Amino acid sequence: METTAREPFKFCARLTLAEVTGRKAANITGLLEGIKAADDAIIYHHTHRYIKQFHHLVPEGANDFAYWVTNTVQADRLGEELTSIDIVQYHSLADIRGAFVKMLEWHIVKNPGPMRTVAPGREFHFMRAIRFSLPTEYSAGDYAGFIECLRNVSASSLYLHVFEARLRPPYGVDDFSHWFETQFHDAEVHKQLSRLDPYSYTLEGLRQRIIRVIEKRLAEASRA
Amino acid sequence: MPKMDEYMPAAGRSAIDELKIIASRLKGKTILNVNSTAVGGGVAEILNRMLPMMAELGINPRWELIRGGEDFYAVTKKFHNALHGTRQELTAADFQLYRDTLKANMGSMNLNSDIALIHDPQPAGLIDKKPAGAKWVWRCHIDLSNRQDDVWDFLRGYVSRYDAAVISAPSFSQELPIKQFQVPPSIDPLADKNKELNDAEVSDIMRRLDIPLDKPLISQVSRFDRLKDPLGVIGAFKKIQPYVTARLLLVGGGADDDPEGAQVLAEARAAAEGNPDIIVLCLPPASNIEINAIQRASAIILQKSLKEGFGLTVSEALWKGKPVIAGAVGGIPLQITHKYSGILTRTIEGTAYWMKRLLHEPAYAKKPGENGREHVRENFLLTRHLRDYLLLALYLETGRQDFIHL
Repeated sequence: METTAREPFKFCARLTLAEVTGRKAANITGLLEGIKAADDAIIYHHTHRYIKQFHHLVPEGANDFAYWVTNTVQADRLGEELTSIDIVQYHSLADIRGAFVKMLEWHIVKNPGPMRTVAPGREFHFMRAIRFSLPTEYSAGDYAGFIECLRNVSASSLYLHVFEARLRPPYGVDDFSHWFETQFHDAEVHKQLSRLDPYSYTLEGLRQRIIRVIEKRLAEASRA
Repeated sequence: MPKMDEYMPAAGRSAIDELKIIASRLKGKTILNVNSTAVGGGVAEILNRMLPMMAELGINPRWELIRGGEDFYAVTKKFHNALHGTRQELTAADFQLYRDTLKANMGSMNLNSDIALIHDPQPAGLIDKKPAGAKWVWRCHIDLSNRQDDVWDFLRGYVSRYDAAVISAPSFSQELPIKQFQVPPSIDPLADKNKELNDAEVSDIMRRLDIPLDKPLISQVSRFDRLKDPLGVIGAFKKIQPYVTARLLLVGGGADDDPEGAQVLAEARAAAEGNPDIIVLCLPPASNIEINAIQRASAIILQKSLKEGFGLTVSEALWKGKPVIAGAVGGIPLQITHKYSGILTRTIEGTAYWMKRLLHEPAYAKKPGENGREHVRENFLLTRHLRDYLLLALYLETGRQDFIHL
């Protein structure tokens, strides 16, 4: 196993600014139409905001659409179905949007009767995320250095390299797995990190899980 | 004023590091704030703390005040109430007085800056004198969701010419031809109202205020206003009294200059009469450290509002790691996710139910308190507020792209 990377891993951080589009939905049809018309920045905001803003919680309401349908429209079954949309299996925001559209269209076909409209003031507001990426002072060239950086980087850095990375080329791969694969040809770390479902951990839980995977590999390398 | 690094224990090192990186891209830029008062009120409170932070970060902050006579402030008070949804009668002379006062201010104010944050309706009309090349943002702190049409239509003419508008919650947004951004307000973790106090300090203050701590304390800190529902709070507490050992404390400011406030206070005192476990307490203005101690001594904190702007007192309570039961109105649901970071209720009965549950299950009550504090740390501290303003400035300065690499 190689021990020093040709290219160091430079940790960055992701920050967002929330733009209010002015579009809102008062029922399921309005939500569907809004999602159909939404650009990637809107889908990104409503499927990823929760992770950052509530990163200390296990993200039960993993996306804003599901949370609103469950808690405001009080369509429990649909809410549960929207919650269960497995974002990790989609590699683009367009695909994520397609999954929500399909689920909502199916629901409307199956439930053609009168639709509940929420009270004024409780509508769903469509928002967009303006994304900023920032360099940080953390940079790693080997396993031990990577672990040290990972202990110290912010939650927004973890978020950028694990969640967002999967939505850009190479699609479906987080930046950490990609680095270990390309710099060290470490198929084991790549495999272990790639199969993590980050959406089912808190960010701190995820940080500890990734550290454990790499520590284990480092210990194996020391013994070898 | 505290230095940036003093915020690290509360906000985290990365939050301060990020602020320094963002600010480095705005080094030397002038950011102008314009509002109507230098003291009193939430905007002045925030600016007094935030501007020294900007200066420490290498940005050149400026602060200008709009000036007018009593008649101008009477008109803008009517604007404020009308935008909040309380019906006001505005005459053509009122609107003309606004125009004239703004014009007079334009002659004397220095509005030069790279970026300007113009706060609330009073100075909105200064847009007529926006310098070429500057980026101007209308920062609205008011809940516009029930605004009165004639006042909004008048202001809209000014606001539509800004580069962007900033509101505190998505539900406050209006149809505008400019981009709107959500920047929630914030609390200062180092201010007297929120800074850490040790147990001895809390005990001393509670002794001085003559508030016994022999029973778990349930408190609501709010002015005596019907929209804060103090009688509903007392009603809810009376419902659980047969089953719990606890004391209710309603704390508010003096109400000498507010006839309705004095009446609501009298009604609350009457409702508490003869009940030794209900305390109604009036504190003088600026009793910030006392409020801090009361919240820290409480087992549960209530904010049973019937209508609310953003309701930042909820974040103040959550910051103390306490379980909070609050009305699901205004900006409160942005601060509390029901059963995760607090409890949202809509009725007296629901409030009573959750008070009883939290008192009987302290282990459960601890979790929303802990989660609530972390939620505030991430989303409602002054450092996040400053970060959002700086990100908005960068967005406007760098050509309004959806992705910005620094």
